[in-house]
Amino acid sequence: MELADRTISEVGSLLRSRTVTSRELTEACLARIERDGTRLNTFLASDAAAALAAAEAADAALADGDERPLLGIPYALKDIFVTRALDDAGDDLPGGLPTTAGSRILAGYRSPYASDAQERLDAAGGILLGKTNCDEFAMGSSNENSAYGAVRNPWDEATVPGGSSGGSSAAVAAGQAFFATGTDTGGSIRQPASLSGVVGMKPTYGRVSRYGMVAFASSLDQCGPFTRSVRDCALVLGALAGHDPRDATSVDVPVPDYAAALTGSVRGLRLGVPREYFVAGMEPGVEAAVRTAIDVLRDAGAEIVDVSLPSTDHGLATYYIIAPAEASANLARFDGVRYGYSAGDDDLLTNYLRSRGDGFGAEVKRRIMLGTYALSAGYYDAYYVKAQQVRTLIKDEFDRVLKDVDALLAPTSPSVAFPIGAKTDDPLLMYLNDACTLPVNIAGLPGISVPCGLSHGKPVGLQVIGRAFDESMVLRVADAYERAAGFADLRSPLSHA
Amino acid sequence: MAAMTATGARTQYETIIGIEVHAQLRTASKMFCACPTAPPPDAADEPNTRVCPICMGMPGTLPTINRRAVELVMLTGLALDCRVETAAVRFERKNYFYPDLPKGYQISQYALPLTSNGSLEVPVPTEGGSVRIGITRAHLEEDTARLSHAGRGFSVVDFNRAGIPLMEIVTEPDLRSPAQARAYGETLRDILRYIGASNADMEAGSMRIEGNVSLRPMGDDRFGTKVEVKNLNSFRSLERAMEYEVARHAEALERGEPLRQETRGWDEGAGRTIVQRSKEEANDYRYFPEPDLPPLRPSQAWVADLRAQLPELPAARRERYETELGLSAYDAGVLTADVALAAYYDAVVEAGAAPKTAANWVTGEFSRLLNQRAADGLRADGVALAPGGLAELIAAVESGSVSGTNAKAVLGRTFASGESPLAVIEAEGLGQVSDAGLIGREVEAVLAEFTSQVAEYRSGKTQLYGFLVGQVMKRTAGRADARLVNDELRRRLDEGA
Ligand SMILES: [Zn+2]
Repeated sequence: MELADRTISEVGSLLRSRTVTSRELTEACLARIERDGTRLNTFLASDAAAALAAAEAADAALADGDERPLLGIPYALKDIFVTRALDDAGDDLPGGLPTTAGSRILAGYRSPYASDAQERLDAAGGILLGKTNCDEFAMGSSNENSAYGAVRNPWDEATVPGGSSGGSSAAVAAGQAFFATGTDTGGSIRQPASLSGVVGMKPTYGRVSRYGMVAFASSLDQCGPFTRSVRDCALVLGALAGHDPRDATSVDVPVPDYAAALTGSVRGLRLGVPREYFVAGMEPGVEAAVRTAIDVLRDAGAEIVDVSLPSTDHGLATYYIIAPAEASANLARFDGVRYGYSAGDDDLLTNYLRSRGDGFGAEVKRRIMLGTYALSAGYYDAYYVKAQQVRTLIKDEFDRVLKDVDALLAPTSPSVAFPIGAKTDDPLLMYLNDACTLPVNIAGLPGISVPCGLSHGKPVGLQVIGRAFDESMVLRVADAYERAAGFADLRSPLSHA
Repeated sequence: MAAMTATGARTQYETIIGIEVHAQLRTASKMFCACPTAPPPDAADEPNTRVCPICMGMPGTLPTINRRAVELVMLTGLALDCRVETAAVRFERKNYFYPDLPKGYQISQYALPLTSNGSLEVPVPTEGGSVRIGITRAHLEEDTARLSHAGRGFSVVDFNRAGIPLMEIVTEPDLRSPAQARAYGETLRDILRYIGASNADMEAGSMRIEGNVSLRPMGDDRFGTKVEVKNLNSFRSLERAMEYEVARHAEALERGEPLRQETRGWDEGAGRTIVQRSKEEANDYRYFPEPDLPPLRPSQAWVADLRAQLPELPAARRERYETELGLSAYDAGVLTADVALAAYYDAVVEAGAAPKTAANWVTGEFSRLLNQRAADGLRADGVALAPGGLAELIAAVESGSVSGTNAKAVLGRTFASGESPLAVIEAEGLGQVSDAGLIGREVEAVLAEFTSQVAEYRSGKTQLYGFLVGQVMKRTAGRADARLVNDELRRRLDEGA
């Protein structure tokens, strides 16, 4: 296996044994970006010189015996995380990357401050390669809603990588970065991880700071990693997690040593399989792969329990009221007055209408309208308030079931990667992609997607869902599965191109 | 409590007024970020200098709550006899587009305000009594930026004000006259200053008032059409605007013309109100809970602590001064109008000075010295002389050990230096001479020196008496006890006659 396709755990040992340098790792990623990046459309911004300079600094630190686990590891940030690109005087910072959130309305936008994710990964010694493509404002399940073009799936370039963090999942699957960040509001990390054949995790709401994440739906958004193994996921999560006083919804609970939780054993654990997650319309190949994965865990000694989450059906409707409602307010700041795209009209109302009309794409406008409608006088109680009540119901059901089992097993996505353009005309069909992931956001729980084989040559993901702030259990189950199933070395065709 | 009646009207109308006050809270930093609320001392307030990514609404930023602002609203609520919410205080987003609103929504409170259901006893001197006004709520929100028109059809925005903590205090429609409206505003201002919640300066914009006015036929229990009046720059404007509206409504009602529910602005120069916005143009603000801020649950202990911190309010203090200390209504009023002055006075009395004498000194010479330095912003609590020092000085005058004239001179010096008045009297030899023997010798000397004047006096030119007293005082550098000088001089002049 080529260097660029290996895991952080593997190349980390090579770095510390001085077998490879961070510069070599960075060059390996840059070579892949050079070879496939434009075609896959994975990156929206990158600065190779800045990355190489950082790699050399990391090599010096490694030579000094610095043992930070992510030191010298090249990574990418979803372009929804702001990266500092202006100095205190407001001038361009050399090597500072723009932040677009996949939107034309933020074309060329340079942030005056860094996101918490960038700060933490920088402090952990990571080498930032660039910003990855995503659905506009993280709204989408295929990465076709990016104002900067669709991303192609490294497994089959005629298909989508999933979304909204499709640039990140595809970059990790294509050996362009050892890990990448994503944001998951309704499945935007787990679903692309599933479709791209990588590991992707959404931590508990409040586990990772949202500071510096361009907001889509504030009560649902959560930052998490894409990696090529569950162990890598534990390492990156350890660097990202932790209380941030700048985010009032960030929770001050201790961050355990996630890698230490990876015992490799599920013996004696009770794992629930919610029957509602095997939905009608699910691809038979996906169902077969997930059922097989459950058998693998049973064979490894877990007790598999049939459980029920009856409100699952209402998840989609609930989500598509709460998320657009919050988005309609979150996106109001893009008004063509202070930053980003402005139509430049002298008349205030015309400038609002034209800046937002030209700046936002169709899906974003659709959700702003949905949300505005749901919050309007006379509709608020029937939609928003009702949705919040259902949200409580869904949460309570999860809590009840998770009292009895240690974690839940489910498919991540009802389908494998689908052809680009196949669902763009039918928003509802597109929304169904997230039916198995969004209830987890509604309940604020941690969930991971881990590759569990192929269906017609395309990756399938197994979803593991756990109790709030019990990422350790989720990682332990996923890691035990990964070790037992033998898919850990599954790589896209690009790894041996 | 006479209702306003339009002159010449056949029907008697009852005036119904409700008041909405916005007061900037006295905090060091803004509501949701660390930016200072005021420029450094002696620095000019340049536009857009006290701003950061948070109060500018930059992508990815999140609000965090200013604890002190929450406290000041709770303190105000307690002062207004409100219920302080401890179960769940929610912030909500109030959505509308305007260039002075950087996020496209204002973080405010709606369904669950911090404090509600209070009342305030308002003395209305012009109506010879007082009225109890219901307080609907006092809640917390953030101020908007300041828009100004730069000419040539352009407006400019200064974000220094954006995000400054603002308290909104709303009354029930309990006020029955423009005079009551004014008295309410003034009473509220005194309270806000007393508890240190706000500078409550209408001219500086730290207190802003809106009046809602309607009329109904006397005895009717339904409300008439309500008009909201803004742009009131002083309590006098409030009263005048309300008077104008009462007359306008009464005339319209008399003529049978319909009134429109609308917002009007007060034109101070023209002395009239002008339509600003009709109800048809009213916004649907689409309030919904702010997902970036978890509900606040102030503890009972916190509320109890604040209740204990609540200073004696002006009305109670005035009452105490009149009934317990026997001060005149005038003195009680002068002292209570300034919380720092009242506190100084209390400390002087505490140190042993007789209440009435202390009041004379504090409202007299002390206040005169204070006023001389009012332009420097000096308040009683910044005076160098400790209240105990003034009490000492008063005691010295009372015991006759210093003359009133010299005592004023000593106060003038120690007011700014903070020296002990007794030490100054001692050092400068300003103590009053009450030694009858010594005074007798000085009188003797004067009689010996001015024999011709003595002769003229004895021959009936009695106006020379003052001259002789003056000579004795001159010889004793003004320190001789005037009463003893008088006694001695008269006795000896009469003796020799
Ligand atoms: Zn600020």
